[in-house]
Amino acid sequence: MNKKVMQGNEACAHGALAAGVRFFGGYPITPSTEVAEVMAKELPKVGGKFIQMEDEIASMAAVIGASLTGKKVLTATSGPGFSLKQENLGYACLTEVPCVVVNVQRGGPSTGLPTSPAQSDVMQAKWGTHGDHPIIVISPSTVKECYTLTVRAVNLAEKYMTPVVFLMDEVIGHLREPIDFDEVKDLEVVDRKKPDVSPEEYVSYAAGEDGIPVLAPFGTGYRYHVTGLTHDEQGFSTMAPPVVARMNQRLMDKIDNNLDDIITFESENLEDADVVLVAYGSSARSAKEAMRWLNAADQNVGLFRPITIWPFPEKEIRKIAGNVKAIVVPEMNMGQLKLEIERAAAGLTKVIGVNKVDGEPITPEEIINAVKGVL
Amino acid sequence: MNSAYEKYFRQDRLPHIWCPGCGNGIVLSAFARAMEELNIDQDKTVVVSGIGCSSRATTYVDFNTLHTTHGRALAFATGVKLANPELNVFVFMGDGDSSAIGGNHLIHASRRNIDITAIIIDNNIYGMTGGQYSPLTPTGKKATTAPYGMVERNFDLCELVKGAGATFVARGTVYHAKQLTDLIVAGAKNKGFSVIEAVSQCPISYGRRNKMKNALEMINWQKEHAVNVKAAQKMNPEQLKDKFLIGELYRAEAPEYTAEYDKLIERVQKGGK
Ligand SMILES: Cc1ncc(C[n+]2csc(CCOP(=O)(O)OP(=O)(O)O)c2C)c(N)n1
Ligand code: SF4
Repeated sequence: MNKKVMQGNEACAHGALAAGVRFFGGYPITPSTEVAEVMAKELPKVGGKFIQMEDEIASMAAVIGASLTGKKVLTATSGPGFSLKQENLGYACLTEVPCVVVNVQRGGPSTGLPTSPAQSDVMQAKWGTHGDHPIIVISPSTVKECYTLTVRAVNLAEKYMTPVVFLMDEVIGHLREPIDFDEVKDLEVVDRKKPDVSPEEYVSYAAGEDGIPVLAPFGTGYRYHVTGLTHDEQGFSTMAPPVVARMNQRLMDKIDNNLDDIITFESENLEDADVVLVAYGSSARSAKEAMRWLNAADQNVGLFRPITIWPFPEKEIRKIAGNVKAIVVPEMNMGQLKLEIERAAAGLTKVIGVNKVDGEPITPEEIINAVKGVL
Repeated sequence: MNSAYEKYFRQDRLPHIWCPGCGNGIVLSAFARAMEELNIDQDKTVVVSGIGCSSRATTYVDFNTLHTTHGRALAFATGVKLANPELNVFVFMGDGDSSAIGGNHLIHASRRNIDITAIIIDNNIYGMTGGQYSPLTPTGKKATTAPYGMVERNFDLCELVKGAGATFVARGTVYHAKQLTDLIVAGAKNKGFSVIEAVSQCPISYGRRNKMKNALEMINWQKEHAVNVKAAQKMNPEQLKDKFLIGELYRAEAPEYTAEYDKLIERVQKGGK
């Protein structure tokens, strides 16, 4: 046993360090600032670099630049800062530069409720930057997960050469819970691939059979071009329709062809359930509690907790939808993931939202009331 | 092309897309000559640019090249340089790119005195989008978005970066191409943030609208209005009216950011606070 009590934000930073992150660029914003503070303190100890940039646009740019030198990189922000990062987040999607963007969600829109929790950036995390693009979004529910899933987020970014959004919320970010470091010390760590050909044979965006390109770190003798313009396999801009179509398709396919590897979730009591709660982040904690109380009262209620929010676990939801009277979706927004669940359920069952946007977390009672309305 | 400089260009990407008479190509040639003079290691050099006609430069030069988003080149470059200070980092930007949307990054790169050499191609206009005014369009001049003449005051970027902390500040022109090469060389040798403003011409989006019929007229304008800093010392304000200064405008000593950060790492790893 090697237990330490820490905040979700701190756990996220320590997870990043354990995953091999050696560069952080950020800009302070509540409720994410502790991530930057831990990184500022810890990175130099391991020879890493921390920089507080002049804004979130610059932070996003700096981590992409750093990643191209081969470093694992992280940035952390919240609502308004996440909005500012969007253009360069799209740049990272298109140029396939691995990076992890932490967004500790707070109440919005605009400056909103800086110190209150929300889950209102679910759709922004997927669609915030312009253009069709793939993205991976992961949402932790416990402090331990802030650690373990940050490691996973970094791994996925490196493996699939893509940005990963780590979508926390204020409750999880500031919650204090113990982590037993003996339990998390042997987590798998993934490094991006290195070229296995000579510089003469190297084609930066050729991407092998898995559709994932190998980007050599700048300075290692493989000179190539990176651009946010739609590009060909050599990395140079093109407007040739077949090449453009192929590139856009490959970008989506590298994620869509690997859903079984990327999508993770937790489920409980799905067999025989009359109602399934679908919840993520801190709302999943209340949902779990609600389920316990309902189960104790002999109600067949199950829980499905997507850990990967995007790509969305569509197959799993469709399966659930075919077997239940209703799906109840508690979220601290006006019904964002609910839309996606309805789409996946395709009319097979009712989808009922428990929504709250007053800056307070959703309570188990509120979820129980919604379930009772169906049962 | 002179074979000594050929190796700095991606031959398969040429010819470039710039309009006939555009100054960008001449600035790029001055850059290539500077690389030759510096005997630079192409593998260890990163060239970053923003978005604009001038920023297309990164397509043509054979280095690790990074064509970023509009205005953000210096922020990307800061990440590159801090993550690996062994890399030589050069940045190409347009006047709009560097001074409007990217103005804040220019200020902070200067303040940090990060070892990056920035070449700002100043054609007084937004070339790529077809001739809208930039913060460097002189008051009174015409642009598609200043059809009655530019109302705002224009920037002196060299003064700005000097005030913000850059340790090497210079201005050159396309007409004085040899000097421009020398300035890029000197900027690259400065261990800190160096800015070289290259006054250039955009006959298509600026010249035509401002009574300068072609590139030749515009280059002549540069010749007639540029005054070397040394020569300027012997001139009176009346003589200097309507003129602009070229040459090495400012140099200073200051700690360089990435070196300072490396010292911090050393201190922390030794257990210091
Ligand atoms: C965020 C964003 N806003 C606007 C644009 C459109 N845009 C492209 S280039 C440019 C201006 C370029 O002017 P300048 O930086 O002076 O470079 P030049 O083309 O003259 O070399 C603008 C406004 C863009 N690409 N991105
Ligand atoms: S529009 Fe102006 S700056 Fe752009 S390529 Fe043409 S001449 Fe050069």
